[in-house]
Amino acid sequence: MSPRGPRYGSRTQRQLPNWFLGVTGVGSVVVGTAGALGLGGGPVACVVLALVIFVIGSSGIAIAVEGRRRGINRLATILVCTAFGIAMVPLVSVVYVVIKNGLARFDVQFFTYSLSGVIGAGGGAYHAIVGTVYITLLTAVISVPIGILCSIYLVEYGRGPLARAITFFVDVMTGIPSIVAGLFAFALFELVTQDPGYRSGLAGAVALSVLMIPVVVRSTEEVLRLVPAELREASYALGTRKWKTIVRIVLPTAIGGIVTGVTISIARVTGETAPLLLTAGFSNATNTNLFDGRMANLPEYIYFQFTNPGVPVQAGVDRAWTAALVLIMIVMLLNLLARLVARIFRPKIS
Amino acid sequence: MTTISSPSARRGRRARQSGGDAVFAGVSLAAGIAILVVLAGVAVFLIVQSVPAFSAAKSDIPGAGSLLGYLAPLAFGTVLSAVLALLFAVPLAVAIALFITHYAPRRLAQALGYLVDLLAAVPSVVFGLWGIFWLAPKLVPLYLWLNDNLGFLPIFGSPSVTGRTILTASLVLAVMILPIVTAICREVFLQAPKLQEEAALALGATRWEMIRMAVLPFGRAGIVSGAMLGLGRALGETLAVALVLSVDPTLITANLIGTTNPSTIAANIALQFPESFGVSVNILILSGLLLFVITFVVNLAARTIVAKSAVKV
Repeated sequence: MSPRGPRYGSRTQRQLPNWFLGVTGVGSVVVGTAGALGLGGGPVACVVLALVIFVIGSSGIAIAVEGRRRGINRLATILVCTAFGIAMVPLVSVVYVVIKNGLARFDVQFFTYSLSGVIGAGGGAYHAIVGTVYITLLTAVISVPIGILCSIYLVEYGRGPLARAITFFVDVMTGIPSIVAGLFAFALFELVTQDPGYRSGLAGAVALSVLMIPVVVRSTEEVLRLVPAELREASYALGTRKWKTIVRIVLPTAIGGIVTGVTISIARVTGETAPLLLTAGFSNATNTNLFDGRMANLPEYIYFQFTNPGVPVQAGVDRAWTAALVLIMIVMLLNLLARLVARIFRPKIS
Repeated sequence: MTTISSPSARRGRRARQSGGDAVFAGVSLAAGIAILVVLAGVAVFLIVQSVPAFSAAKSDIPGAGSLLGYLAPLAFGTVLSAVLALLFAVPLAVAIALFITHYAPRRLAQALGYLVDLLAAVPSVVFGLWGIFWLAPKLVPLYLWLNDNLGFLPIFGSPSVTGRTILTASLVLAVMILPIVTAICREVFLQAPKLQEEAALALGATRWEMIRMAVLPFGRAGIVSGAMLGLGRALGETLAVALVLSVDPTLITANLIGTTNPSTIAANIALQFPESFGVSVNILILSGLLLFVITFVVNLAARTIVAKSAVKV
């Protein structure tokens, strides 16, 4: 039909129209649903089968009509886009499931009552929220100064083998499994107190600090290196001392990035469960003394409300879901805050 | 008088002026050394506390009755679940990174990247709940189907009816390590030389051919190191596995979809620790030390690959 032969085809020759993917999409949904239902599968099977038919079908048609190279290009495009879609499934379903189940107990009582004396339904997570805030704050108090000072050393002072060793071991520290950090803090406090049953918010904060310090160092180091050398040189030229240059020029320039990094690292340790399981213990009553006695916290609250829900089971499981919702909200808010800070301070850094 | 006092006074003033410098340098150096001390502390305390495990009586060691017999199944489960997670996560992460860097509209790309990063913000215990209540039941029909049709393979033996299998745990792990692997791949793909990409396109390559010729070869080291970092995460992940998996810590089996599954080191510590006392705590700490060594080696390998590739770039 075409005046020009396919072999000499221009770019527009033998190209499938834009609606082609729509047609194969609808077609594979129909065929896939029918096939999956015919084989006795559920809605998940329908989606999976439709997707497989869509990928194979449309790339097969494309290879036949457009030639091997363009067909494979289409296949790659479809696969890459599908991969992103697949990654969104867990995110969307986690958020959906947690909100759906968490709203059951998302009430005033949950935020104002502890679990002390509660049998069955009712009760709340006041003690766990308080504990999480206390432990996280103490962790930040320990980690932030050490982390920021260490990165100042690495960027402003560190030369030679010691600085290289510290950089290397910060990398190693980033990879420490959280449960190993918990074991470390447990072993440390057992040796110090000679009491294998010793549990406290302090021990939990020490364990979390092992996880938080390297994150603070990494992020702070990164932004400190972004501070232009001209700023430092101008300050030195005016006769300012090095430490004053760092405190008055370098740190204020990088403050946005530092705050962002610290906030993200706080968000990371807020959700850590395993180290607290070994160090902070768990209680049903509110404890505000970080240095004495078991201290409840949200991640452990979720874990224990699910594994030991009591009677009736549903009451405990509901509390676990609501606590999960609260924890996710806290972590996401912290992340959002970090992004906002980064956005507000961005012009200053560059 | 003046000739004697003035140099010393000048020296005194200089010393006082640089005092602030010396203190500040000292404090920041101390912070750097503190990190080395903490890390040494982690190693030393774990070693000290795991020494008593070697002299534990046979009756104190659960299961096989020997340390090796106790640790081997745990190490097997740890490595198996992490490697499976990697098999799922790495191809997906590479594809997502390509989508964000080379396929998505430029204006949307950053926002889509944030979406993937959000996965990293979900705490592991929440992933555990999600795995049990949402993912596991949905996988049961698949496991039944796999057993019916591919049951002759040892990895698809008699299926679990709850779905709380090592395959489910690996899928949860894969989701959890997806953000870090994707982030590293994304960074590397963005650095791929623009001129080579444009040259490939100008020579008539399709987008996929351009990616295969210009982007992937450049990013190979980055993909490998990202995968290794993800492996390190997956090895040490605790509560998601502890919640999702229904375990028998003494088991070594090839069946990925069975009712009882091998446990992992981290999950085993979390599950056993509250009920342990005396020498069994030391045994758990010994297993923690083993985990520390495994993740250390994996991370070291990842960093070495990154360092080497950085030199080449």
